[in-house]
Amino acid sequence: MSVYPTSRTRKAEWRSSRGQKTITNTIYFIIAALGSAVVMIPFLWMLSTAFKKPEDIYLDPPKWIPIPPQFRNFSDALTLVPFATYAKNSFIIVTLVVLGTLLSCSFSAYGFARLRAPGRNLIFMILLATLMLPSAVTLVPTYLLFNELGWINTFLPLVVPSFFGNAFFIFLLRQFYLTIPRELEEAATIDGANSFRIWWHIMLPLSKPVLATVAVFSFIGTYNDFFGPLIYLTDDSKRTIAVALSYFQGSPRMGPQRHLLMAAVTASILPSLALFLAAQRYFVRGIVMTGIKG
Amino acid sequence: MRRREAIDAYVFMMPAILGMIIFVLGPMVVSLYLSFTEYDLLGAGEWIGLQNYRELFADSLFWKSLRVSAIYSVVSVPAQLVLALMLAILLNQKMRGVYIFRSIFYLPTVISGVGVAMLWRWMFNPEYGIINNLLAKIGIAGPTWLSSEQWALPALIITSLWGIGGTMLIYLAGLQGIPQALYEAAEIDGAGAIGRFRFITLPLISHVTFFNLLLGVIGALQVFTEAFVMTGGGPNNSTLFLAVYLYRNAFDYLKMGYASAVAWVMFAIVMVLTLLVFKSSPFWTYYNDEAQGSKP
Repeated sequence: MSVYPTSRTRKAEWRSSRGQKTITNTIYFIIAALGSAVVMIPFLWMLSTAFKKPEDIYLDPPKWIPIPPQFRNFSDALTLVPFATYAKNSFIIVTLVVLGTLLSCSFSAYGFARLRAPGRNLIFMILLATLMLPSAVTLVPTYLLFNELGWINTFLPLVVPSFFGNAFFIFLLRQFYLTIPRELEEAATIDGANSFRIWWHIMLPLSKPVLATVAVFSFIGTYNDFFGPLIYLTDDSKRTIAVALSYFQGSPRMGPQRHLLMAAVTASILPSLALFLAAQRYFVRGIVMTGIKG
Repeated sequence: MRRREAIDAYVFMMPAILGMIIFVLGPMVVSLYLSFTEYDLLGAGEWIGLQNYRELFADSLFWKSLRVSAIYSVVSVPAQLVLALMLAILLNQKMRGVYIFRSIFYLPTVISGVGVAMLWRWMFNPEYGIINNLLAKIGIAGPTWLSSEQWALPALIITSLWGIGGTMLIYLAGLQGIPQALYEAAEIDGAGAIGRFRFITLPLISHVTFFNLLLGVIGALQVFTEAFVMTGGGPNNSTLFLAVYLYRNAFDYLKMGYASAVAWVMFAIVMVLTLLVFKSSPFWTYYNDEAQGSKP
């Protein structure tokens, strides 16, 4: 398996280092391909089960390719439970949280990045320190607070906090704002723009790529969140996809039916999967930014 | 002008400051107070001093959950770091389709949560799951995994290894910050692959290891979803992670004061470990701004 074109390489070079490189690269490629195959097994197993006829699930040895594929498993799984309701709940919560996160984090990050005030750096340090705090420490009082407010079994406990910033995303955005040249803001100030207009008209448009990163991470985090919806949403009609899924395996109608369970799991990961495929570079950017600057 | 700027600054920081007070610092203080009370959501909490903590340290289930979390952290975090670094080095090589490989390895982290837990539960099914099926092919009779006291925790650790994509990408970013010239110089000096790894890659990536280790430990002590969905803490509490123990006390038994005490013990452990990682880091991390400065 030759990986690189060699026609233009000088013959002598090809024989010595180039040839050796091609061989090692081929070995790397094979290892990476094998590793990828291992990582893909769970996905393939999930798809295989999701499309199987019920009686084919318990075959030994297992049949990997479900022929004919049972598309009706999906319609069965999604109608046996009020999946549309769960999807609608997830959609509402995720949309509001992403919106709240983008607004509050970019707003606060601008203050931390650019506007000088006594105590600003101390506040920023405390904010960063809260990142290491196990969420368990705040769990009970926060629950009691929302209970006191009568917000249990509403989306409010899941949505409202996102409008009050998120330490990680504020950090991410602040780091980005610091790289924007000050001249732009100075020019705007001379033209009479105040801080709010500068934030809205200059910083936000310039930080679209980072905002996209924050949006995808916040989407994934909220959509996959299990603990929050689990404790705050008690009514079946209020459940999100993640929580509803966890109840499927215990439900007498779906639990024993692996093909329906896996069809539901497959359907549930489609939004995250689609977002990942559409916005891969924003995922990588976010990780690279936090990783190096940390 | 300066005063105007300061006022603006506070206005801009206000959401973050309020959020910190309402949802983090305030609850922290209240949680500490609650840990000295008996409170079941009805009426006012009753001050009982150190009673919760005394009860906690006398509860064998608490010690069991501590053990479960400790074993999980000690095994899964180093395993994740080593595997992630090896993968990052592999995927830092020039090869065809390297971007596709990176995406594939990262993919599981995108869909983490309940779906992953249910999928692995099915994979670990002793009779019809694919894992025991593949094991049988090479002549190994697989254990009963999630319904075995001995194998449930290892099963959860294996599941966690599927999600190392994030750690891998952070390592990859770190690797790309190492100047290529160092490797070339070492090669001229006759350093082999192992030498280059030992004396260039490892030291120059140690700050990333520090970051990943810290995040890994904090994350490992808070594992909840996988255990809750895959085993519910069982069988016979063999996967009763600290967070699951806390959840049971708070939301099954409504012992809010007791649960707060659990949370504060957990917090203390995280603090001590964080401090340990920080204090020990001068001995094993290497900082050289000149070497790290140039990025491609």
